[in-house]
Amino acid sequence: MAIWLTENSKIIVQGITGSEGLKHARRMHRAGAKVVGGVNARKAGTAVDLDGESRPVFGTVAEAMATTGADVSVVFVPPAFTKDAVIEAIDAGIPLCIVITEGIPIHDSAVFWAHAVATGNKTRIIGPNCPGLASPGKSNAGIIPADITTPGRIGLVSKSGTLTYQMMYELRDIGFSSCIGIGGDPIIGTTHIDALQAFQDDPETDAIVMIGEIGGDAEERAAAYIEQHITKPVVGYVAGFTAPEGKTMGHAGAIVSGSAGTAQAKKEALEKVGVRVGKTPSETARLMRDVMKGLK
Amino acid sequence: MDLFEHQAKELFAEYGVPVPTGKVAHTPQEARAIAAELIAAGSSKVVVKAQVKAGGRGKAGGVKLADSAEEAEALAAQILGMDIKGHTVHKVLVEQGSAIAQEYYFSFLLDRANRTFLSICSVEGGMEIEDVPHESLGMIQISPLDGVDLAKARELAVSGRLPEAALDGAAELIERLWSVFVDEDATLVEVNPLILTADGKIVALDGKVTLDDNASFRQEGHEALEDKASADPLEAKAKAKNLNYVKLDGSVGIIGNGAGLVMSTLDVVAYAGEGLNGGQRPANFLDIGGGASAEVMANGLEIVLGDPDVRSVFVNVFGGITSCDAVANGIVSAYALLADRGETVDRPLVVRLDGNNAELGRKILADAALPGVEQVETMDDAAARAAQLAAAGA
Repeated sequence: MAIWLTENSKIIVQGITGSEGLKHARRMHRAGAKVVGGVNARKAGTAVDLDGESRPVFGTVAEAMATTGADVSVVFVPPAFTKDAVIEAIDAGIPLCIVITEGIPIHDSAVFWAHAVATGNKTRIIGPNCPGLASPGKSNAGIIPADITTPGRIGLVSKSGTLTYQMMYELRDIGFSSCIGIGGDPIIGTTHIDALQAFQDDPETDAIVMIGEIGGDAEERAAAYIEQHITKPVVGYVAGFTAPEGKTMGHAGAIVSGSAGTAQAKKEALEKVGVRVGKTPSETARLMRDVMKGLK
Repeated sequence: MDLFEHQAKELFAEYGVPVPTGKVAHTPQEARAIAAELIAAGSSKVVVKAQVKAGGRGKAGGVKLADSAEEAEALAAQILGMDIKGHTVHKVLVEQGSAIAQEYYFSFLLDRANRTFLSICSVEGGMEIEDVPHESLGMIQISPLDGVDLAKARELAVSGRLPEAALDGAAELIERLWSVFVDEDATLVEVNPLILTADGKIVALDGKVTLDDNASFRQEGHEALEDKASADPLEAKAKAKNLNYVKLDGSVGIIGNGAGLVMSTLDVVAYAGEGLNGGQRPANFLDIGGGASAEVMANGLEIVLGDPDVRSVFVNVFGGITSCDAVANGIVSAYALLADRGETVDRPLVVRLDGNNAELGRKILADAALPGVEQVETMDDAAARAAQLAAAGA
């Protein structure tokens, strides 16, 4: 089944005519994903070539959905235009919108998130500034390399792109149901908790790897959620134990989150609820390997 | 980017937020001239305030009151050059003294957990916000779709239990602060203390502003606010080359792709270096991103080797969409590029390539036989080797 993205998912790319958009549309297509078209208001009516197969470019997300039945949008438009692109996707009612674009102003993310909430949360937003979602052997939406792992029964959720890939690669012999990079921006659409819940409910996932990093208190909140709602084994990793202090958080920010946001605080919160936390990515992979052996 | 107090207040003034009159001085003589001007304009006292991006300036002796221009000069001489929490004071703000009746707290900030904005207001201000009892803080979420008008601003002031006499002035100030927050793409706008003066006016006596670097494409004025003078020279050079580099204080240079992987690399190197010849630690954070082209790799090596404390370099790359053979070719070409620039790689390089086409990438590097380059297959072992080489070179 995988979470949120399956072999039946029909994907459009917003910004398909740009160099990144087209490059990754081709990559996703090659990985077996059903890329059904793209959107660019100024190039509506044209087409793009995906390895010899032609795909239409639409003027709006709504038209693309009406014509192709698309249910997933992957956003590659530049930061200055991302807010409008995401709001358009929300207004068109697409079920899943994955925002790859990096460098979006926080006020813009706050606005599109508020818009999603105000219109009833009909669109699941992943990102921004994230690598996307891959369900190995089924589909690939975003920039996660398709060929570094295999289908299997581990679920992976991570703030970081390359650490996601590293973990997918280290455990490629066991394989993954879905791998999701949620992004490390201060405001993101889909959180660790959303992914944990989906993996808990997914009959094709047996265990979960959760990768976090310093900043905010998402990992602490995820730990509290795990204690209450997750019965599948969870293995964790947190990056940034030795990172320098004082990058983002003002005093008032620390008060609001109720946590210093340090790697140590996150590790302790996770271990307190029974999550085994690796000291390095390799050790984390070993811990997951042990978990999967124990389940057989 | 965090602003200095005087920059925050200059921004506030542009938006009509009342702030005390004042100017920045870089020398005691300048401080004296500004104080003389303020006194001539009717101030009975002037304040000399250290300009550093750190809290607790008052406790550290960085904020002083003067009765005369001479005294302001003497105080500025004391404060300039002072070290406050690791920050050297290079400038002071000299401003008119205010007759304070009451001190409050107000801020707009990002509420990460709820993915929205938040206002915090309190009738208790002037102290560190951590020391204000939590229950006395009025916290109200603000949707970016609704914003803050005068009526809402008044509601926020009331939430902090500000007295009736302060409400009208506070509401007006808060509405304007919201404009600063939104129009300047700030992630924090904090006024502590917000004061009620003896003659009933509301004034921002201090100001702290954090601006969102991601918004620089639409905030042309922000570049001028950067503190280029106190930026680390290597960090400045890296920024000019579009590299995401942060200088640290260790001996093992780090180059990797992806912020998470690089952060993780710092941790693994720090663990591996514990106890080795007094302890070896990462010398920097450098994320060269996904592409890892020859030019980016050459620029990265040049920056990292520009740090004289670096005694070994750990290149940690996971080949994803850019596969390891491309990365290996990038490293080989980077050496040639550096040679063209008259630079030599004079310290040992430990390379770990993993991921797509790892074997091909390793073979390309091995065949190139670059001087001082060693390959180690796993991240943990490579980190240990790099730390060992740094310890041996100490």
